[in-house]
Amino acid sequence: MKIVGLTGNDAVAEAMRQVDPDVVAAYPITPQTELMERFAEFVSDGIVKTELVLVESEHSAMSACVGASGAGSRVMTATSANGLALMWEMLYIAASCRCPIVMTVVNRALSGPINIHCDHSDSMGARDAGWIHLFSENSQEAYDNTLQAVRIAEHPDVSLPVMVTLDGFIISHTLERVEILEDEQAKKFVGDFSPKYSLLDVQNPVTMGPLDFHDFYFEHKRLQVQGMENARHVVREIGKEYGALSGRDFDYFESYRMEDAELAVVALGSAVGTARGVVDELRDEGKRVGLLKLRVFRPFPRREIVELLRGLKAFAVMDRSNSFGSYGGPVFSEVRSACYGQGLELPIVNYVYGLGGRDTTFEDIRRVYQEIEQMASSGKAPDDIRFLNVRE
Amino acid sequence: MKEVLAIRWHGRGGQGAKMASFLLAECALEEGKWSQGFPDYGPERSGAPVRGFNRISDHRIDIHSPITDPDIVIVLDDTLIGKVDVCGGLKENGICIVNTQCDPATMRSRLKLNGRRLFTVDATTIALDEIGRPIPNTAMFGALAKASGVLKLETIVREIQKRFKKKFGVEVAEQNVKAVRRAYSEVKGE
Repeated sequence: MKIVGLTGNDAVAEAMRQVDPDVVAAYPITPQTELMERFAEFVSDGIVKTELVLVESEHSAMSACVGASGAGSRVMTATSANGLALMWEMLYIAASCRCPIVMTVVNRALSGPINIHCDHSDSMGARDAGWIHLFSENSQEAYDNTLQAVRIAEHPDVSLPVMVTLDGFIISHTLERVEILEDEQAKKFVGDFSPKYSLLDVQNPVTMGPLDFHDFYFEHKRLQVQGMENARHVVREIGKEYGALSGRDFDYFESYRMEDAELAVVALGSAVGTARGVVDELRDEGKRVGLLKLRVFRPFPRREIVELLRGLKAFAVMDRSNSFGSYGGPVFSEVRSACYGQGLELPIVNYVYGLGGRDTTFEDIRRVYQEIEQMASSGKAPDDIRFLNVRE
Repeated sequence: MKEVLAIRWHGRGGQGAKMASFLLAECALEEGKWSQGFPDYGPERSGAPVRGFNRISDHRIDIHSPITDPDIVIVLDDTLIGKVDVCGGLKENGICIVNTQCDPATMRSRLKLNGRRLFTVDATTIALDEIGRPIPNTAMFGALAKASGVLKLETIVREIQKRFKKKFGVEVAEQNVKAVRRAYSEVKGE
């Protein structure tokens, strides 16, 4: 184990260096650019053996990734915002071809208006594409999640692509303390990739991505659903194995001071760190508050999350993206839906925050806890979505 | 909340505010602390006002929100004064360190600063003398070490030698070290 100062982008590039994937195909976009610059240096300097395919767009980047993955390679890439949007068509194809591609998404607001700063509208927009989604709070988790993602994606029970996200600029461009595994440890953890099927395995010919009409399309989708369901236990097993190796355990979520909590916030990404500080302060004031940090958004851990929320008197769900015309953002919809029919009679409220990189301060999150405290005493949730720190 | 020291750098694009915040974070890690270094990202142009930020602590730093009430402010360019509120939010017991030819008393009146500790050093002249370029960021590390004791002078020297040697060669590394040591001895405070 080594302690180093790395930005979020550097931390992911370090993980990619240790994985040394067969193929990386990528196109630069802010704030992901420095990640790929760093990795391209590793390729140029001969530090990794990766074949780096420099393409002319993100659509081509993901297409090349799908092709290389179908050929039996271990494949990684990275993008942000509009780059991810341009991959849209190929995201679904990667998942349906069961390509275990690992992609870092450095979260950035989707245009328009044009904005380079963080929100989760890019990866949340891709939530139904069939990818596993792992969110990272900081550079450390971006590194840890990237290594685990390789194992999760390639697990024979899963065989699905994994998206690892980190908050653009807030994490991608902040240098902080990161513990990295020794190269041999990391390489041993990810192991060698032996695909079950490969287009280059001429002794066992297979077809990938054929026409698939009303006769079998539905069955293939059903199998894809099963792969995602299987990921539930795989994510946990690999999180434990990685914990034994690194001293940092990973699960679907991290619950913070939830034991006897009456009020809580559910959040993901970098704002969790700020919320943790708020929880500590409020606990010092004698308030029974807690925090639930979601790490795995797909597959969504609905049963486990409900058990943690059951003892509360009220809670808030924070969304760093908007779902226009829907009752609440993506995280809220999932959490609230998971609670239905489970005997939870308590106010649940949604806060949309931080769109386009809008600051989310200590005071903002304190206000969330204050408001849910009022909801707990009245027993009533507001009928609308709350927008945090916005001019109305 | 756990004790976290916050620093804000003010400079102009090209003066090394971002690089300074990264180097400072790495120096703190070398001393076994936890740290963060990050810049503001906006319309960065050469000469435009820019900022860099640091958090340093003996414990894990969870917070990733912007720094609004720093313990220390470092100003790399005194032409920013009057245009940017460099001491905005500076804590009551905070420290302000300015690269300027003014003495501390004159600078205090220019800043209209009440209370707090103020230090000045002519880091641009030091940089021109020692490095041959008007990039004051490394010299300001010497002033910071003396004025605040946040970092040990020898940690800074070692980190600059290690990192600059790789990037710019031994000669540039040593020139920067000289600038650090000079600023350490020349910084004046009140």
